[in-house]
Amino acid sequence: MSKIVVVTSGKGGVGKTTSTASIGVALAVTGKRVCIVDFDVGLRNLDLVMGAERRVVYDFINVARGDAKLTQALIRDKRVSTLYLLAASQTRDKDALTDDGVERVIGDLRQNFDWVICDSPAGIERGALLAMRFAEHAVVVTNPEVSSVRDSDRIIGLLDSRTRRAERGEIMEKHLLLTRFDPTRSSRGEMLSVADVLDILSIPLLGVIPESEEILRASNLGEPVTMSPASPAGRSYREAARRLSGETLPVTIPGEKKTLLTRLFGRRAA
Amino acid sequence: MTLFGFFKSRATAPIARERLQILLAHERVALGPTDLIAILRDELIATIARHIDFDPDKVSVKMDRTASFSTLEIDVEIPCDKVKTSRTPLIPSAEASPA
Repeated sequence: MSKIVVVTSGKGGVGKTTSTASIGVALAVTGKRVCIVDFDVGLRNLDLVMGAERRVVYDFINVARGDAKLTQALIRDKRVSTLYLLAASQTRDKDALTDDGVERVIGDLRQNFDWVICDSPAGIERGALLAMRFAEHAVVVTNPEVSSVRDSDRIIGLLDSRTRRAERGEIMEKHLLLTRFDPTRSSRGEMLSVADVLDILSIPLLGVIPESEEILRASNLGEPVTMSPASPAGRSYREAARRLSGETLPVTIPGEKKTLLTRLFGRRAA
Repeated sequence: MTLFGFFKSRATAPIARERLQILLAHERVALGPTDLIAILRDELIATIARHIDFDPDKVSVKMDRTASFSTLEIDVEIPCDKVKTSRTPLIPSAEASPA
């Protein structure tokens, strides 16, 4: 039984594409067949983050319109053999994707993959609504920062009203992925805590990804952090992927520094 | 107080948390789980615009929820000279036809 997941956030720049790529890799290395799909028409980037930018021949819109077969458009990852990418089109025509077209492509992907992970564009426009439309699970990527939390709250409202599942009265599974988290600053009361964000958004926690220099390095190289066994951010993403698969794991926050100063003052300030 | 005040001044997360809680409590009611208010607003504007020239920005639709009931408040500001005074009946029907 395949699972359709949307990675969404409302706000841009919080780590949707990085998270899609990292979770996609983490699921695929366990042997599951995974397809990551870029919904950001006109501003595709998942190909770049995956290091596959020079291999895109056909894209999502070519397939949706019947100009290319799905098998022609799917790009197989060179490092993880069960991982595939469906790139977004670079066309300027934002209306090129239709409800019917997306439904058909998602239906075809469902036949061939265990996981279909849809990387949503930012915003709450058509592209973002289409990315979430046929999903059963949503990963809401949020930074511990006021504007991101507010936009995530808005997206959660849309997930509960504008998706196929919501319209049928079925449950849309929502998961919070807190990214760019700095445990030291949070313990000093300078940054919203994990508990704060959970309390405000009231959806279950999928994982906490620490702010990390490795993330930029990974996108520079086109090699998601989950491909490096030693990376703390990669480990957090791998754990998040296991939770998404249904495993129960305690959430750990790697890199949490317990200096004398934060022990003494951190909790008091928070 | 001076040493403690130094740490306290950096602890802005509680302020962020409180601001978000107040804002989102408001927005969740206004936007609702189904964007009901936005839908009502659009449909009301379309209906009123068929009969009256008015500024759509001067329409306010609010819903307040209490534990026992909800109220829907619709406030439309209409310039005094803009009510259409056409003689054609608003709902064409047999009664309106000349005898």
